[in-house]
Amino acid sequence: MRHTICILVNDEPGVMTRIAGLFARRGYNIETITVGKTHSPGTAKIVITVFGDDQTIEQIEKQVGKLIDTQKVYELKPDESVIRELCLVKVNVSGNKKKDEVIKYANVYKNKIVDITPKTVTLEIIGEPQKIDTFLELVKPYGILDMSRTGITGILRESPKQ
Amino acid sequence: MTYPIKQQSRRISAEEKKIGKYIMTETLVKLGVDTVFGITGGAIIPFYDAIFDYRGKIRNILMRHEQGAAHAAEGYARVSGKPGICISTSGPGACNLVTGIADAYMDSTPIIGISGQVSTFLLGNDAFQETDMIGVTMPITKHNFQIRTPDKIAETLMKAYKIATEGRPGPVFIDVPKDSQTKTSNKPIPKNVEIRKPILEPSQESLLSAAKLIMDAERPLIISGGGVIISNASNEVKMLAETLQCPIATTLMGKGSFPETHPLSLGVLGMHGQEHANYAVINCDVLVAIGCRFSDRITGETKSFQEGKKIIHIDIDPAEIGKNVRADVAVIGDAKRCLAGLAKAIIKTGRKREFRHSEWNKKIREKKKFVESHHERDIKSGGLRQPFAIRTISELIRQKDIVCTGVGQHQMFSQLYMERTLPRTFISSGGAGTMGFGFPAAIGAKVAKPSVEVIDIDGDGSFQMTAQELAVCKEENIKVIPVIMNNGYLGMVRQWLETFHSKRYSAVHFSENPSFEKMAEAFRLPGITVTRKSELAEAFKRAYKNDETTIVDVLVEREASVWPMLPAGGTLKEIIKGNVVFRQTWEDVMKSRAQRGLK
Repeated sequence: MRHTICILVNDEPGVMTRIAGLFARRGYNIETITVGKTHSPGTAKIVITVFGDDQTIEQIEKQVGKLIDTQKVYELKPDESVIRELCLVKVNVSGNKKKDEVIKYANVYKNKIVDITPKTVTLEIIGEPQKIDTFLELVKPYGILDMSRTGITGILRESPKQ
Repeated sequence: MTYPIKQQSRRISAEEKKIGKYIMTETLVKLGVDTVFGITGGAIIPFYDAIFDYRGKIRNILMRHEQGAAHAAEGYARVSGKPGICISTSGPGACNLVTGIADAYMDSTPIIGISGQVSTFLLGNDAFQETDMIGVTMPITKHNFQIRTPDKIAETLMKAYKIATEGRPGPVFIDVPKDSQTKTSNKPIPKNVEIRKPILEPSQESLLSAAKLIMDAERPLIISGGGVIISNASNEVKMLAETLQCPIATTLMGKGSFPETHPLSLGVLGMHGQEHANYAVINCDVLVAIGCRFSDRITGETKSFQEGKKIIHIDIDPAEIGKNVRADVAVIGDAKRCLAGLAKAIIKTGRKREFRHSEWNKKIREKKKFVESHHERDIKSGGLRQPFAIRTISELIRQKDIVCTGVGQHQMFSQLYMERTLPRTFISSGGAGTMGFGFPAAIGAKVAKPSVEVIDIDGDGSFQMTAQELAVCKEENIKVIPVIMNNGYLGMVRQWLETFHSKRYSAVHFSENPSFEKMAEAFRLPGITVTRKSELAEAFKRAYKNDETTIVDVLVEREASVWPMLPAGGTLKEIIKGNVVFRQTWEDVMKSRAQRGLK
């Protein structure tokens, strides 16, 4: 099963290597990894998606937790968090009416057009990874010329009960 | 021929003390470091220049190879409980420390490796003797640092000291570019530094569930691991075992944590462990494991290891819980506090149990008696064999003396036949299995505790990997006793080839070993060759009494094997060639596997 793990780390040089190295040598397969600054200076956030059973995930959390530069590790469970990914995709639209169709799809999905030429349309897709996958399936027949996905980032939802 | 150095020590001005190299030495002194093991070289010259002025405060033991320095630091740390410091230059020097650092990582030994590095402006340019040691040591250290400004020297050294020793100990590596050592800093040495605190105190809930499980046990067993020695919890373990009258086995790393002469002691368990200890592991219903990480050398195949028993796992490192085997109750904290808490929790249950007269204890005692009588026979029978040699030495030394070992057959024979009753008196390379560990570790051990004798039970293979440190023994007047179990083979591998590879002896035979007696002589040290059973005791006594390092080269039976043995990947029940419990051969095991449709 896919799990999303959030790691708060000291914003020091080499931290990414430490985390990535740990995953590699313990045989955990990283599917995506994103990293960025947080609101508190000196702390960076790494979000990793990884496949594994509950036991593996528990081991990952503990092993990562042991690193000196790790401040906090927690899982972003799907029903308790907001998960987003950004994808830029360049679609081939040379040929009859293709451009109109792709733009129509993009509008339905509320994707932004960020670049357009007579033969190509480049779109920005933001959403949960499944939404991106679905849209990519849709435009695949037109010919995808290039694509960049950021990998997943996410944040915990606040409980409405409080 | 000796070249004495006579030079006046000199006052260091306040201005000079702001130079990185002096911040290094001054911080080390403030941390209580009085001995370092190291070798100089281009990128660490400034530090050694400062050491020259600190000769009265910090003793540098000039090793002959950095691997020796790292193992000596390990021996020092394992005996004293304080971190051992090893120093090297950049590039090859630092790379040579790596084996020792990896060894310390596997055995949770607090050492601090400090190496020079090319100056910051050269970093990444493939400069002369530049190696990315941060990259190299990342997977084998608890943490590592590169000090790119002298402002960070004091703080980093202090952090390293804490990281190495607090919680589960381990090695820390510090890379110090040359210009950080030569530039000045106005930053004062901080009074204290903060690192994340480990969990020391176990939760009450976990203690109560552990106590309940123990009280419900019919066939309990305690495993005392290296963590018990690290946390100085031998008394607490003894109390627990005695209160319950529960049998107790140790791991290789835990040897000495519980007196092996005690009626409840089962000795060391595992791959080449005592038969009765492994019998107890297979048949117990509650296993209390303290400060051990269930390595594959202990468990064999893990699924069957866990069958039919509840496991209480006490460890300071939460990541060890559930890593190799399931824990039914996990008690996370420092072993000493966990055991003290457990004793109270047992009282709280309001129940009293004592297994002294139980069927379980009776059965184990019986097995132990049989196994020991076989040992006695083994020691007496035949010619100059390792069981005899090791037991003879075991009986000649004092319990407070320290035994180090290399890695291989002699190490396994030592765990079987060398009786130890005190913690920190048996120093061996467990997790990493580093041949060449024993001799330099013995040097470090002797430096940490000069008042006792330090014996290195070694193999001819292991000893030759770090034998150059004999020069250090002579030069620094450090007396240890290397006793070489010399069989002219890489004996453990030879045993494997004999048992599992139809005696195809590939690359295990030393047909032209040096004379170790002559080798000693070349280092201007005494050496004794023992060829007969009757000569051993006398020879060892002589070495023991000598003021300087004396090699005892014991020409033991060449093609002997250590039994019993757990075939790799096998279950504990598949241990072969024991005398009492596990009397099957490898052929029997294979036949039985085939019958069950297993490979």
